[in-house]
Amino acid sequence: MYRYDEFDAHFVSARVDQFRDQVRRRLAGDLTEDQFKPLRLMNGVYLQLHAYMLRVAIPYGTLNARQMRRLAHIARTYDRGYGHFTTRQNIQFNWPRLKDVPDILAQLAEVEMHAIQTSGNCIRNVTADHFSGAAADEILDPRPYAEILRQWSSLHPEFSYLPRKFKIAVTGAPHDRAAVQVHDIGLQAVRDAEGNVGFRVFVGGGLGRTPMVGRLVREFLPEADLLAYSEAILRVYNRYGRRDNKYKARIKILVHETGLEELKADIEAEFAEIRDGVLRLPSSEIDRIAAYFAPPAFAAADGDEAVLEAAIAADPALAAFAARNVHPHRAPGYASLTISLKPIGKAPGDATAEQMEVVADLAERYGHDEIRVSHEQNLVLPHVRRRDIPAIHAALAEAELAEANAGLVTDIIACPGLDYCALATARSIPVAQRISERFAAPERQREIGDLKIKISGCINACGHHHVGHIGILGVEKKGEEYYQITLGGSADENTSIGEIIGRGFSYDEVVDAIEKVVDTYVGLRETPQEDFLSAYRRVGDQPFKEALYGTA
Amino acid sequence: MAARLYRAGGFVADEWTHLDDEAALPAEGAVIVSLARFLAAASDVPQGVRLAPFVKAGDDPAQLAGHLSALDLVVVDFAKFSDGRGYSTARLLRQRYGFAGEIRASGDVLLDQIPLMRRVGFDAFAILNEPTLRALEAGHDVDVPLYLQPAERAGEVPAGARSWARRPADAQLS
Repeated sequence: MYRYDEFDAHFVSARVDQFRDQVRRRLAGDLTEDQFKPLRLMNGVYLQLHAYMLRVAIPYGTLNARQMRRLAHIARTYDRGYGHFTTRQNIQFNWPRLKDVPDILAQLAEVEMHAIQTSGNCIRNVTADHFSGAAADEILDPRPYAEILRQWSSLHPEFSYLPRKFKIAVTGAPHDRAAVQVHDIGLQAVRDAEGNVGFRVFVGGGLGRTPMVGRLVREFLPEADLLAYSEAILRVYNRYGRRDNKYKARIKILVHETGLEELKADIEAEFAEIRDGVLRLPSSEIDRIAAYFAPPAFAAADGDEAVLEAAIAADPALAAFAARNVHPHRAPGYASLTISLKPIGKAPGDATAEQMEVVADLAERYGHDEIRVSHEQNLVLPHVRRRDIPAIHAALAEAELAEANAGLVTDIIACPGLDYCALATARSIPVAQRISERFAAPERQREIGDLKIKISGCINACGHHHVGHIGILGVEKKGEEYYQITLGGSADENTSIGEIIGRGFSYDEVVDAIEKVVDTYVGLRETPQEDFLSAYRRVGDQPFKEALYGTA
Repeated sequence: MAARLYRAGGFVADEWTHLDDEAALPAEGAVIVSLARFLAAASDVPQGVRLAPFVKAGDDPAQLAGHLSALDLVVVDFAKFSDGRGYSTARLLRQRYGFAGEIRASGDVLLDQIPLMRRVGFDAFAILNEPTLRALEAGHDVDVPLYLQPAERAGEVPAGARSWARRPADAQLS
């Protein structure tokens, strides 16, 4: 993984000093809250319902054991012993005190971490496929490009006061696990017939109040042009994006209101002016960054698989875990492993300090010192030898981290909701917990199969409900929480926005309604292999409407 | 209260005055006028008068392209510090149109944005905010003096291996 050189280390520690000074001037009254707000947001500090919240960047979701241990230490020392992993592959601490934040940042800087641009109207933490560098279907590792984008976007002098936040995601595989089409810029790394690396570029995707699927603006952007083209997009957005209404300020609205062809022409004209300039990426520099992401030395042996198979035969829990949480790896004898942060009935994405330390230990012992955070709010050990899976599973089980539900109905994404968030209009975590409990039986989950439920506690859609196979949006109506259900959303290479099925359900009714939707699907699927999304796309919403509202 | 002008590390007297669109041009002197008035008057400026355009956030700096070689000053307005369009304006003036004169930030100009403004090509700052004035008078620098983008400020030099990294020429990696 990427390691800081002297420049990076100085950069991050100077940024900590800068923020410490900003906090000092805020507390001294030299900065008003309005003046301070964008400064603290650009350093990941939110003012939430009950307290400040600190969001720490985990660039493209990659971290090592030492960094994970430091997160555990911060959770224990400055928070209430846990942290919350987010859909942007970051971690949030919900209870730090403002005066402690500079010290927390200094502790993070010691392990090459920071909170730069995890919020604010700037270019946010760049995300990537959580199986990058490991997945069997990957064409190339997107992390070097994500790292180059991270560097270029850090404290960018021209793009720190954009109309609104700006999110970039990169994938290097045909099966999109990074949801690139619902990002402001989505990049899919590809190779042309000669083997040259380039990107399919999508612009203007996003969720929130006005969900939109990104539009393809380049079929093949050569890798050398990555920064110049990104700068062209950002400059057009900075100059022409709407600033009169924060709900219409994302680039997706600019794409929609300007029209794709005209905006593309604007971007291309800007790009033509700067493409041969200083932002052109030399291949030597790409190679130098890529070297940080060289694969570890894999060492599988004959007989490994027999060890795993024997253990699976003897242990049904391990068998269930292996069936759901183990993913194909490019190296023979290896796998990537999902550590579910969705134990039945618990808050999605939460991990205690002790659990973080267990994961750190396992990564060091069995996983080439690599950990990933997935945008589905789980952790991943990207490189484990298959024969070690039984030992890893046993250690995870002891830490209550062995839930065998990756990709199943209880592997729910949920935003923090009304329990924490100042914007929320309804609870989301308790809804996730109740659905999880309703479908707790492992046999039933396995029978239902792949199913993504995503829950947002307000229209800002942090829980990505628009792209859930089943989406749940909590709204407030006359002082009561109501939950709208959408069906048919997806954030992969066939991205679609879910459709609202009908009137919403109360907090008490919503779990029954979800169960009805799921049971209806199980009843109408053609084969057990036909997953929810395929079935929905085949039959449409009518059978689900009838199940929920009766035949009118 | 009138803004005070900060340039090259110190406060200096401002020889320029702002002129409303309705007011007549003076017989001599240096005046800042709206972009529209500047464009209308630029071809016919009285002897002894110098004009500088006041560019608002939505204005297109390309309109100035043909005039820049004759200009000493372009003022870029920040009606709100959170509106970042002026950063692109300055960068385009320097990078695309080759303007070598003074680019002055005006309006809601605050301490924490000045380092970013410098990097995109601003070299003077008309400041009203009292804490910002105090901090600058005390020589309080809030810059992170290591940069991950090539930008438009003169005197930055490449830093380290990366083609995009820069640092101020006078700073050391300490």
